[in-house]
Amino acid sequence: MRYSAFSIFRNGLSGQKNWQRAWRAAEPKGAYDVIIVGGGGHGLATAFYLAENHGVRNVAVLEKGYVGGGNVGRNTTVIRSNYLLDGNTQFYEFSVKLWEGLSQALNFNVMFSQRGQIVTAHSADQLDTFSHRANIMRLNGIDADILDRDEVRRLVPYLDFSDTARFPIHGAILQGRAGTARHDAVAWGYARAADGHGVDIIQNCEVTGFVRDGDRIVGVETSKGRIGAGKVGLAVAGHTSVLGQKAGLELPIESHVLQAFVTEPLKPLVDHVVAYGADHFYVSQSDKGGLVFGGNLDGYNSYAQRGNLGVVREVAEAAIALMPCISRVRLLRHWGGVMDMTPDASPIICPTPIDGLYLNGGWCYGGFKATPASGWCFAHTLATGKPHPLIAAYGLDRFRTGRTLDEAGVGPSAWLQ
Amino acid sequence: MLRIECPCCGPRDHDEFRYGGDASVARPAHDDPDPEAWYRYVYVRDNPAGPHREFWQHVSGCRQWLVVERDTRNHVIQSVGFARKMPA
Ligand SMILES: Cc1cc2nc3c(=O)[nH]c(=O)nc-3n(C[C@H](O)[C@H](O)[C@H](O)COP(=O)(O)OP(=O)(O)OC[C@H]3O[C@@H](n4cnc5c(N)ncnc54)[C@H](O)[C@@H]3O)c2cc1C
Ligand SMILES: [Zn+2]
Repeated sequence: MRYSAFSIFRNGLSGQKNWQRAWRAAEPKGAYDVIIVGGGGHGLATAFYLAENHGVRNVAVLEKGYVGGGNVGRNTTVIRSNYLLDGNTQFYEFSVKLWEGLSQALNFNVMFSQRGQIVTAHSADQLDTFSHRANIMRLNGIDADILDRDEVRRLVPYLDFSDTARFPIHGAILQGRAGTARHDAVAWGYARAADGHGVDIIQNCEVTGFVRDGDRIVGVETSKGRIGAGKVGLAVAGHTSVLGQKAGLELPIESHVLQAFVTEPLKPLVDHVVAYGADHFYVSQSDKGGLVFGGNLDGYNSYAQRGNLGVVREVAEAAIALMPCISRVRLLRHWGGVMDMTPDASPIICPTPIDGLYLNGGWCYGGFKATPASGWCFAHTLATGKPHPLIAAYGLDRFRTGRTLDEAGVGPSAWLQ
Repeated sequence: MLRIECPCCGPRDHDEFRYGGDASVARPAHDDPDPEAWYRYVYVRDNPAGPHREFWQHVSGCRQWLVVERDTRNHVIQSVGFARKMPA
């Protein structure tokens, strides 16, 4: 059933009792053309574009928990394409373009809100590097503006512009088309649209191993039994090493926890996404009024999906240094997600040296914005066996050949940041 | 929060320590010409969901480098020892 003004009206008249479930509760068939492991945003988007763009409909998405229970439902929802390096710039801009039409394409409101992202600069040098970035973005057809201190103050007067600011604001870079989306809706929208194309979305189905025929992977072992597959694509966010090892992949990945925070609801205060250039802190305001923010990794390998208090303190310190006016606001909740950290902070999305196995991982803490483009390009890679041109730079061999995309400058140790 | 039992200073909050990463990775010999060995040393990690041998330095205490064996699923610490005394 398509959602429309008419369907809302009709269901309103019948007491909201006749809505169909958004996707079928599928049970596994014996075999599929393609199995996607991981029912997060990337896995579901991949399944959708496999069907929509390539006509591959005999597809299953296997999710060990429930759809949306991983990072797709745990992130702080920031979407932007203000990248610097060739490879990243074009890929993330393609993603923003897909976001701009996503609610239409999925017939599901993902609440993409292009409220703009402002990153503050705290020295003349930092503003220079932002100008460099803005120039690169514009050369790639991406919107970017450099703001001086007064312009920043006009847009976001609640930041610390006082004489006592620890790191005074010199200016900022603004991407007006950046913003946020409702993360759960992204998972649900892709799940429903993929299901509409006949894709089986199978929850509570953990992949525990791989089935081989010689060197080739021809299926997976799961908590619901063995399922055959022409091709297997991994999209398991923070658990890529766990599954990769079972397939025999050696990966340049460490799993780390990142936390997110929500405050009590406030009246409208923060109109943009604001990121603090002097530390790792960023904030936006949700539609319910809570300030949503995030900071640094907890800083040691972890699969625990929960964080520690030290980081709560650090993030609160950064928050108040940037926005003293929120010092009395209460934090309601914080939680953690497990992410694949790569040595250069860029993703790994490619065919693997193992026949029949394809990899989509290493998204670090920036993969939500990539969801549509990741799904689009991974579907292409699975359908054709060749990397999509937009992900040519994201191959596994780039570390060995010295062609890393060191956008965040984290170096080989993720925890050093 | 983790509580690390420093063999020098006793049990301390992990905020006193700096994480030093996977302690099971061995550095190739200084004059090793094999790029593959360096690639593996710099980049490849086991990243286990389970027991993990890792370096921590007690920066706000005795400043010793320690090797901690910790379960990455629940942060239970099995053992702590001085890094220098551990076999490579
Ligand atoms: C706190 C936090 C804040 C973040 N903020 C942002 C942000 O503001 N902007 C941004 O762009 N990115 C952000 N990210 C990163 C982003 O959320 C992730 O990079 C992205 O969501 C990962 O892709 P995914 O959606 O497919 O992952 P997930 O939703 O985690 O999907 C992976 C799925 O695989 C499943 N799985 C794992 N192992 C198995 C198995 N063996 N068998 C079956 N299923 C399995 C998991 O249960 C999970 O559902 C943030 C991440 C965190 C944790
Ligand atoms: Zn000590």
